[in-house]
Amino acid sequence: MNAADKKRLLREMLFARRFEERCYEAYVERKIGGFLHLYPGQEACAIGVLEAARPGRDYVITGYRDHVHAIKCGADPKEVMAELYGKETGSSKGRGGSMHIFDVEHRFMGGYALVGGPFPLAAGIAKAIQMKGGDDISICFLGDAANNQGTFHEALNMASVWKLPVLYVCENNLYGIGTRIDRSTAVVDQYKRVCAYDIPAAQEDGQDIEKVYAAARTAVEHVRSGKGPYFLELLTYRYRGHSMSDSNAYRAKEEERQWSKRDPIIMLRDRLIEAGELTAEEYKAMDTAILDEIEEEIIPFAEQSPEPKVEELEKYVLAENDPWVHGGGN
Amino acid sequence: MAEMMYWEAIRRAHDEEMARDPLVICMGEDIGVAGGTYKATKGLYDKYGPERVIDTPISENGFTGLGIGASFLGVRPIIEIMSVNFAWLAMDQIFNTAAKVRYMSGGQLEAPIVVRSPGGTAHQLGAQHSARMEKVFMGIAGLRVVTPSTPKQAYGLLKSAVRCQDPVFINEHELMYNLKGEVPDEEFFHPLEGSEVVRQGSDVTLFGYNISVHWALQAAEVLSEQHGIEAEVVDLYALSPLDRAGIAASVSKTHRAVIVEEAEPAVGVGSEVMAILDEECFFELDAPPKRVSAVNVPIPYNRQLEKAALPTAKDVVAAVLALFAR
Repeated sequence: MNAADKKRLLREMLFARRFEERCYEAYVERKIGGFLHLYPGQEACAIGVLEAARPGRDYVITGYRDHVHAIKCGADPKEVMAELYGKETGSSKGRGGSMHIFDVEHRFMGGYALVGGPFPLAAGIAKAIQMKGGDDISICFLGDAANNQGTFHEALNMASVWKLPVLYVCENNLYGIGTRIDRSTAVVDQYKRVCAYDIPAAQEDGQDIEKVYAAARTAVEHVRSGKGPYFLELLTYRYRGHSMSDSNAYRAKEEERQWSKRDPIIMLRDRLIEAGELTAEEYKAMDTAILDEIEEEIIPFAEQSPEPKVEELEKYVLAENDPWVHGGGN
Repeated sequence: MAEMMYWEAIRRAHDEEMARDPLVICMGEDIGVAGGTYKATKGLYDKYGPERVIDTPISENGFTGLGIGASFLGVRPIIEIMSVNFAWLAMDQIFNTAAKVRYMSGGQLEAPIVVRSPGGTAHQLGAQHSARMEKVFMGIAGLRVVTPSTPKQAYGLLKSAVRCQDPVFINEHELMYNLKGEVPDEEFFHPLEGSEVVRQGSDVTLFGYNISVHWALQAAEVLSEQHGIEAEVVDLYALSPLDRAGIAASVSKTHRAVIVEEAEPAVGVGSEVMAILDEECFFELDAPPKRVSAVNVPIPYNRQLEKAALPTAKDVVAAVLALFAR
């Protein structure tokens, strides 16, 4: 990866951080409702893995902590923010909300709120790819706690039996909602659980984007070459609670402090400055430009966009004018 | 017009749709090499191969979710769940994904899957193989529910369901796979909405669906021959959405209604039809509508107890006579 790419990734991670922080503010201002699960701390995972794939072409699916995955796939951050505001211009026309960002044009196949739900969906997307041909792959991002759902085992088993082109990325942030992994899970190293399904698996530092990228390249290459599924575990940490309704009281301050020293953005920034590839001024300018974009373009777009029409409440429940409902060509 | 069995009609629909469209697949437990527990996919494995006729592991939520994911990209999966009792395990994917994905994506994604499953009480299979779940499926926005009472419907409903853009649940019946009936030789598509008057009558409407249509028809013959009461029998082959207009039209003619259902009474087809009558044609009623339902118990193993738990044509006759105060 050259210096320009690294700087771009730094900007993408910083953008993700500032975007999520702004979501937090908007939530406190009650502009955003419902549940809101934020991504600060985990940026290197989605951005690093997808950098090694073909965002916008490979199919991506994830859980409810989905804003950054969608944006990396190519979703317009203005539309993502508008979705959080519940607006008609939002990614899902205001019908989904934070947990259900969709951008099918960019092959972001959605955020789903049932922990573990996307495991079989990703396998199904891979099945369709396999039937249709081509070398696209299916990538599923979920957290460590999702692996305690039955769908984890059911989907991994089928993906392995049928050699499906699917990459499972486990963002292990050590907590399932508010319960620490070692209190809920017999085997803490998630990649070890996968050996039961004869799927190659690896564990990597999820805070160092260069390591994430390198591990993801191996993973993506494996899947794309037709060798079947792959499982990549990334060790990471979320700075905020599980969602906005979480007081985060279950974590030791010392633990949080230790992880903050391994911030993915700071680590890459310092490395680039040390190597003479970035100056502190450049970084500051990058940050200012991002904050300006958020305040001057993204937030006003969300604020000023129209609400969905109440008259269209029942749209999208069933297909419109489907001839087969009435017997088709009879 | 050839006579064929219910299972043969379902098999024919699979075969025609798979021959037409390489993206139509079928999947489920023992449907491939073994040909299906009720033979609905017999011979298809040899014809279309393991990539399209997929023997799944016993992982209902997993393989249903897999089918849904494939449908996002235009694949048309026909998913067989061996017994409706096992569909509980797949409810997360059916309910939370298939039925909601178009809505929560603002129309970007849809899940045009078909889930077929036998959903009745057979012979002494015990509580965990005898549940009737149509009431659960018909309460889910975004999901279509149909239930064939004849081989012709079994064929035509599946044909339409495969092509429809909505997820469709087809409620079949263990005791009906060997039922014989006429199916047109030419290809045809049965509507997924509406209802069908299968016997004209002027005095009372008997609503049935799936196997209970047959009980209603038997009762109608007895009522006509022994009591001079002409019952109209309406087949509610579409349980969601229900045919509000058709239900109201028949009762506006007969002014009396009995709903015959194999399931327990609470929160079911009967209660829903009664609500529709209340909302659509209350003042047409000459008597309060009645339900003939199962007893509210898990289905017992013992043959006598099992029979006692389920409604019969006799119960239907008795309910109608009560409406006429006879």
